[in-house]
Amino acid sequence: MSAAAPAAADLEVRAVVKRFADHTAVDSLTFSVTRGSFFSILGPSGCGKTTLLRMIAGFIQPDDGDIVIGGRSMAGVGPNRRPVNMVFQQLALFPMMSVGENVAFGLARRGVPRAERLRRAEAMLERVGLGGAGGKRVDEMSGGQRQRVAIARSLVLEPTLLLLDEPLGALDLKLREHMKIELKQLQAAFGTTFVYITHDQSEALVLSDHVAVMNRGRFEQLGTPQELYYAPATAFVAGFVGANNRIPGRVTAAEGAIAEVVTAGGWTVRARMSAPLAAGAAAEAFVRPEVASLGRSPGELPPGQPAHVGLVESLLFDGANSAVLLRERATRFEFRIALPQTGRYADLKVGEPVHFSFDPERAVCYAAPAA
Amino acid sequence: MTGAAAPRLQARLMLGLMLAPPLLWLFALIVLPHVDLAVLSFRERLGPGEYGRSLEQYRTFFGEPLYWHVFVRTAVMSAIATLLTLLMAFPVAWTIAKLARGRLGALLLVVCLLPFWVSETVRTLGWMILLRESGVLPQLLYHLGLTAAPVELLYHDATILVGLVYTSLLFMVVPLVNSFESLDNSLIEAAYDLGASGFAILREIVIPHAKPGITAGCIVVFMLTLGNYLTPNLLGGKNSQWFTEQIYTQFITRFNWEQGAAFGFLLLALSTAMVWLGLKLSGQRFGDVMRRA
Repeated sequence: MSAAAPAAADLEVRAVVKRFADHTAVDSLTFSVTRGSFFSILGPSGCGKTTLLRMIAGFIQPDDGDIVIGGRSMAGVGPNRRPVNMVFQQLALFPMMSVGENVAFGLARRGVPRAERLRRAEAMLERVGLGGAGGKRVDEMSGGQRQRVAIARSLVLEPTLLLLDEPLGALDLKLREHMKIELKQLQAAFGTTFVYITHDQSEALVLSDHVAVMNRGRFEQLGTPQELYYAPATAFVAGFVGANNRIPGRVTAAEGAIAEVVTAGGWTVRARMSAPLAAGAAAEAFVRPEVASLGRSPGELPPGQPAHVGLVESLLFDGANSAVLLRERATRFEFRIALPQTGRYADLKVGEPVHFSFDPERAVCYAAPAA
Repeated sequence: MTGAAAPRLQARLMLGLMLAPPLLWLFALIVLPHVDLAVLSFRERLGPGEYGRSLEQYRTFFGEPLYWHVFVRTAVMSAIATLLTLLMAFPVAWTIAKLARGRLGALLLVVCLLPFWVSETVRTLGWMILLRESGVLPQLLYHLGLTAAPVELLYHDATILVGLVYTSLLFMVVPLVNSFESLDNSLIEAAYDLGASGFAILREIVIPHAKPGITAGCIVVFMLTLGNYLTPNLLGGKNSQWFTEQIYTQFITRFNWEQGAAFGFLLLALSTAMVWLGLKLSGQRFGDVMRRA
């Protein structure tokens, strides 16, 4: 993690292993989460992130290793005795209770007197912007409001750690964008440590102080969103975080840090090696769509970059995220380039030949992962 | 207009035809006999072939302590049997709905159903073979030296309850399984995560969710038990004092149909009152409960 002042860790996971009958879901993971930070675990479904979260919550026991929360080992401590609360994917609000009773549920279990817990539940609802909603039924609330009730229900217990299991997954796109911002503001306001799991890279990048990219039970990379985006440590991270052009091929030559990768079709690209690669090694080069430049003539391209020629395959208009899909002229290799905001290339025609280039320093290549 | 009206008329005719058999059945086998019984129960035999309107049959019931006693006893025993059935069915249904994986759940339900392959008479006779003085269980206890002599296990109130619970279990298990299956596991996990103990989860989450199923099962079991004739009669013998036996006696032995009809209506009133009370106490509506069951 970053070399900040040595802040206390709210969560320490030490060499935790969880095996199921036919595979290892979590493979000897060690990491810690700083107090008050927003930590995300990002990975495709089946990568083991849910298993990891459920081990932290206490619903399943690790086969090996230890989980330490707030300085205390959680071995043998049940979920109802951990200083951890969880916001479930489907929220799991209690339909048989009112909103206020939902929020007061945990306080009631701690033996807080009725008048006191109703007051605290109401105060908590106020803080998440749902003042006065305590008497409503759960099914009277909108999707975004339920989300806030679920968070309020957990935060009212002042947990050391709040776990969130893809809580935005069930919302529609517009509400999801809105809730992203709200979640971040809530976390800043409460200062509680959040551990968030998601398969949506945009959620992880927008929300988090630190993100761990998980694949096959291991962390591929742990870093700030910027580090993941600009300096992906592995081919998996490069492919998973953000849009990327993936160019598989073989290294034909390496000079300094730059390798020459030739695709099966014979297209040659140049990219920076993340680790030294020998000539002949199978490799994958990654070029982000916004790194490449586009021009109608070779003269429009930045000088000193290897130029390529392509034919416009299709135009992908998406407002600020518009892009053009090309095919490299000789090899028909598909390549995506982000269109500049100026609207300069708005009149591109399908089939039109264009010139493009990218800085090899800003493209990166890795040894191809073993199949 | 006429073009649109014709198919609508046809549809209505179809609906009428399809509903005709159950409506006919309902009318001929349930409504008609009950109307006849109601008329019968408000009648008094004045002399040979001579009858008059009166409340005499109901007056007899309230005036005769034996009838009263049997009536109340039947109600209390049925309530106890219902409660015992609920307590036994609860863990069984929970196991089938939540703990058994895949086909095991279906298999367990079939095991619950299996006793119903044979008739109630045979099932009850099976209990008699097990429990009578020269039967399997008393002989086993005697030979193990646990009792000095073979004990008669039949003809006790407990025996009647065993038989009734055994007969009713399935009718409680099925609505409970349905209720439990519709309970989202994440609600249980969420409650656990928020600090609830097992008992608190049962009280705050499981029972409120399963309430309609519990009520439905209790209504069905209570009605079946209250109206049961065979089990109390065979397992309880002369001591059973079940109200259905009084009705049987009036109709068949005493040939006093008027009195029997009045008793029948009193039993109907009792079960209606108990169901109403149960719904009131648990704060539910009949329609909701039946839909969930």
